[in-house]
Amino acid sequence: MPDSLLFGTEVVLNGLMAGVLYALVALGFVLIYKASGIFNYAQGVMALFAAMTLYGIMVGQVPFSHLINAIFGTHIHHFGWEIPAILAIIVTVVVMVAFAWLVQQYIFRHLVGQEPIILFMATIGLAYFLEGVADLMWGSEIKALDVGLPQGGSFWIEENTQWLGMGNENFYGFFLDQLDLIATVIAAVLVIALVAFSQYTKQGRAMRAVADDHQAALSVGINLNFIWVLVWSVAGFVALVAGIVWGSKSGVQFSLSLIALKALPVLMLGGFTSIPGAIVGGLIIGVGEKLFEFALGPALGGATENWFAYVLALVFLVFRPQGLFGEKIIERV
Amino acid sequence: MLDASEGYTTEDGRKIGGVVMEMKNITLRFGGVVAIKDISFDIREGEIRAIIGPNGAGKSSMLNVISGFYVPQEGEVFFHGKKRPQMRPYEVARQGIARTFQNIALFEGMSVLDNVMTGRLNYMKTGLFQQALWKGKAEQEETENREAVEKIIDFLEIQHIRKTPVARLPYGLKKRVELARALAAEPKLLLLDEPMAGMNVEEKEDMSRFILDVNDEFGTTIALIEHDMGVVMDLSDRVVVMDYGKKIGDGTPDEVRSNQAVIDAYLGVSHD
Repeated sequence: MPDSLLFGTEVVLNGLMAGVLYALVALGFVLIYKASGIFNYAQGVMALFAAMTLYGIMVGQVPFSHLINAIFGTHIHHFGWEIPAILAIIVTVVVMVAFAWLVQQYIFRHLVGQEPIILFMATIGLAYFLEGVADLMWGSEIKALDVGLPQGGSFWIEENTQWLGMGNENFYGFFLDQLDLIATVIAAVLVIALVAFSQYTKQGRAMRAVADDHQAALSVGINLNFIWVLVWSVAGFVALVAGIVWGSKSGVQFSLSLIALKALPVLMLGGFTSIPGAIVGGLIIGVGEKLFEFALGPALGGATENWFAYVLALVFLVFRPQGLFGEKIIERV
Repeated sequence: MLDASEGYTTEDGRKIGGVVMEMKNITLRFGGVVAIKDISFDIREGEIRAIIGPNGAGKSSMLNVISGFYVPQEGEVFFHGKKRPQMRPYEVARQGIARTFQNIALFEGMSVLDNVMTGRLNYMKTGLFQQALWKGKAEQEETENREAVEKIIDFLEIQHIRKTPVARLPYGLKKRVELARALAAEPKLLLLDEPMAGMNVEEKEDMSRFILDVNDEFGTTIALIEHDMGVVMDLSDRVVVMDYGKKIGDGTPDEVRSNQAVIDAYLGVSHD
């Protein structure tokens, strides 16, 4: 195989895995948007908050320690214990469920039936509020999250793909990051679980019903409030997964909340209401931006990954505004 | 007078039981507009009770009060003899009151079967974790609910479209699917908001037949709102007539038909 084809393949593989991560964030958006019509700007911050909470619990950090110390003149920072990752993850899930309940109880329950733009503004407020709380609670320094996911390249794949080069000296086998591989598996499991949940359980059915028609859902005895708390909880869980993967990759830091912006073009491609759309959209953006950079990056001065996704989304907006899988927008006259 | 007795026998010989639902002095206002003004009536077990009246009479508002979508400012609602506290629509539904909507509220993205299945959500008892962990119980429950649903689908003759997404169905069939979903809940009281609105003659005849059959076969108590006087008179055992938010007549179709206030409201009366 010629060099360019080999490297191109490697670029595509890496792009696919980057795409999985975008898809993970986009998935959280789709869940909430489908069930309540709310475009949740805070999804990225939720991932940040979840990752920070997980880290804080794991290393036994005292929440709000700076605040406590400032008020009481104490010097506490850590409880002095460490908690195993799996236990900390369970506690974090509980925290995210509590968060979902609070958000529904104190914000969106009072905004039922409001214009989408008002709901959107509320989520922007929520995003900044949550960012502030996260800072106050756990501090703003970059945290190296390590829940035991493997890091570094996979030698096994490198060794076993070397033959593809057919004696080519520049090719040492495909380089794939183990963390990316694990993330792909996690994302796949998560998606299958979500689909199974929504298709085969009582709550899943109720969730789909609410997504479709609020009035009809009420008339068959579905408690809308409960379903919305459930949906925010699931979105919180998805945010936690995304937070773990991104946090393990590049540390838990506030720029994590910006990945929410990368999810936007993914949603434009996939449609705001489609779970498969979020996945495919994520993969297309991931592969697209890596390939584009590989093929045309040098000619365009590099760093095309920063804008490629948005330009692609723009093209989609012009030719297919509902996205690949979104519900068709038909205006009856 | 019918209402004094503990029940009555209809002309076609059906036994009608005691009071299932009683509305007492209901008044509903929207700001300054009075939609319902001091109305009382009851619905008895096993009967088909109609609420009729010209446009804007407050019929739909009354149905929405019964199903909990509107909360009246004054008056009391009694269900099975007990005063009903203020309830949300989903709580009313869980009490056994199912309904359809004037403008059809179906889950458009789901198949007919799935839509009807949602009617049985309250019969699904196993929780989330049980469903995830203990497959047997959940499967058994699913099978039981499926059987109940298939029976209703057969009954309403919609087997041929059970897998079709609801969005693709014509209007008349959508109405029937909505009825199926309400029936799937095995309601103690079934509310139908203009079940025949916008239908052609043939569809109206079908729907009338289904309403009668449902009442006959399952003994379901039905309260319905309808525009079409002819249809109502043929279907119902007793009729409430509303006009401008007030009750102007209540009785058997024959009694109502000969009521001067009702005739005036429907035909208009000259004020000279």
